[in-house]
Amino acid sequence: MDAFVNLIALTLAAGTPLALAALGELVTEKSGVLNLGVEGMMTVGAVAAFIVAVNTHSPWLGIAAGAAAAAVLALVFAFIVLSLMANQVATGLALSLFGIGLASFVGRDYVAKVIDGLPALHLPVLSDLPIVGALFFSYSPIIYLTLALFALTQWVLTRTRAGLIVRAVGESPPAAHAIGLPVIRVRYLCVLFGGLCSGLAGAYLAVAYTPLWAEGMIAGRGWIAVALVVFATWKPWRALAGAYLFGFVTLAQFQVQAWGTAISPQFLSMLPYLATIVVLTLISRNALTVRLNAPVSLGKPFHPGD
Amino acid sequence: MMLRLEPRPEPSRLAVWLSPLVALLATLAIGAAIFAWLGFDPKNALAVFFIKPINSWYGVSELLLKAAPLMLIANGLALGFRANVWNIGAEGQLILGALGATGIALAFDGVEARWLLPLMLICGTVCGIAWAAIPAFLRTRFRANEILTSLMLVYVAGYLLSFLIHGPWRDPEGYNFPQSILFSASALLPTVGAEGRLNISIFFALGVALLCWLFVKKSWLGFQMRVAGLAPTAALYAGIPANRSVWLGLLAGGGCAGLAGACEVTGPLGQLTASVSPGYGFAAIIVAFVGRLHPIGIVFASLLLSLLYLGGEAAQIQLGLPSAITGLFQGALLFLLLGADVFIRYRLRFVFSRLASSDVTPSPEPAPPTLPASHH
Repeated sequence: MDAFVNLIALTLAAGTPLALAALGELVTEKSGVLNLGVEGMMTVGAVAAFIVAVNTHSPWLGIAAGAAAAAVLALVFAFIVLSLMANQVATGLALSLFGIGLASFVGRDYVAKVIDGLPALHLPVLSDLPIVGALFFSYSPIIYLTLALFALTQWVLTRTRAGLIVRAVGESPPAAHAIGLPVIRVRYLCVLFGGLCSGLAGAYLAVAYTPLWAEGMIAGRGWIAVALVVFATWKPWRALAGAYLFGFVTLAQFQVQAWGTAISPQFLSMLPYLATIVVLTLISRNALTVRLNAPVSLGKPFHPGD
Repeated sequence: MMLRLEPRPEPSRLAVWLSPLVALLATLAIGAAIFAWLGFDPKNALAVFFIKPINSWYGVSELLLKAAPLMLIANGLALGFRANVWNIGAEGQLILGALGATGIALAFDGVEARWLLPLMLICGTVCGIAWAAIPAFLRTRFRANEILTSLMLVYVAGYLLSFLIHGPWRDPEGYNFPQSILFSASALLPTVGAEGRLNISIFFALGVALLCWLFVKKSWLGFQMRVAGLAPTAALYAGIPANRSVWLGLLAGGGCAGLAGACEVTGPLGQLTASVSPGYGFAAIIVAFVGRLHPIGIVFASLLLSLLYLGGEAAQIQLGLPSAITGLFQGALLFLLLGADVFIRYRLRFVFSRLASSDVTPSPEPAPPTLPASHH
């Protein structure tokens, strides 16, 4: 039983950064903007969070700084693709390359530093309950925050006027513009939300999950998150399930290594990336699934004056 | 008064070529600001970064040496980018190229023969093509997004390299360092010039640039691919198969990256090491855009990006800055370029009227219904 509870805890922890980043990208894409800079924003979020956490000794301030730093990058991206109407694929790539370069530049003095990570939740009586306490009341606060964000996003997207506006803007910007919706402003906000979530995901990795800063520590999680959005066919709950599934795959790699099998660690490390390819292929195989669910205007620039 | 973007009737050809210069100047300005902020004299620091590395013949030969892989890969990628095929996994295809060449070198270790080097280069190219064929197959057969699959394969290639270099291909007498044995003389590219490490890979790169130029400007297939990129629906109507663009675009990039990887291990490295490439596969994406996806532009852009690598190394040695500043400059350059590109299709207008200034103005309300003029 303990092993099972432990496995659940590890899966949630490993899946959370993917879930957060995927949620942000999902909302961004719902508004019709494809931001391939998730990897860069997560990296900057991680380094900013770590630097602030080291200097202030406050993991919470670090997490706030990580989210804010990534949000600033997201705004730069939004300005270039929304106000200057640049190609979204190329600009997203630029954001990833820039973010990774920026992070290793500012983080060079922090590589070997150690911090006290964000402590896990501890409620007086509840957390001490046998099994139930470990299973429900003793994770990192960010894990609960992630679940709350998913519930909130699901509700806003499907049940509120704001969600309807976001979806309208993503499906048909000319129509949304024609009925007086501020297309560009809505897209700015969605990109900003994506940035905040990516930053939070990176910050969680640097301040709570590992906790440390190293170049390349995001290790493609941002790209996997982008793939998860397709896998989830733009539905928040499926993205959450997908993120935990991938969290489990990353874990399986350590688990198998612990059993001392003859498989080289490098081949086990390939698993999450290979799994991403397989999952992406399976979901894309059915053209209708993707076409029916993808926001119609995804990746296409819109200029209200045209 | 407001600034407003207004569509141009025709894309500006001047802006197409001015935009990289504007982006470069802005990058330099940002660089100067960063240097000043870090407490260096900006003029001196910029000179260390951009001028000192190339004020000797040795410096120029290093510039060309690093420009060669960038030029090769960027030309291959540009073929795909023009057709809207986004191969961003060139780094992985480069690694596979290095592995392919190394495999041959290890299999024929000790053999002194003229065919060895060409065989290594061919094997490297084929391995790069094979690695790029995976996303091409998944895209054409299952519609899987090639951006994500090609990028995931970069990580897989990295682990494959790590496995080989720590395992079966490690030099048994190399004190456990993760590297292969040194290649024999007949497995190395001939160098060019009296001093320095420059080798004939620069001629491969220039040759590929020429081939790409001929392909794009003079061949029917190249024309079809451009149409497929510019107007996919029109291309479909004209009976141009969309899948062929995907295959060609990806395989061209993979082949060029594979050759570049083979040239790294047979050239400056002389063996397989744990870090085959300082991110050439990603930098080449920037080269392709800065060079306007045009073979001649790419030649110049690869020199610029190569200079950024040299500048980063010089700044590390002489100023004690982390070499990561190269990545920072690379990213900033592409960012600024894409922003500056807005002036290709739009121009700035000063707008004085309040109504026309907002980009969120709803379309004009239909005019209030007026009674039809009566004709009593």
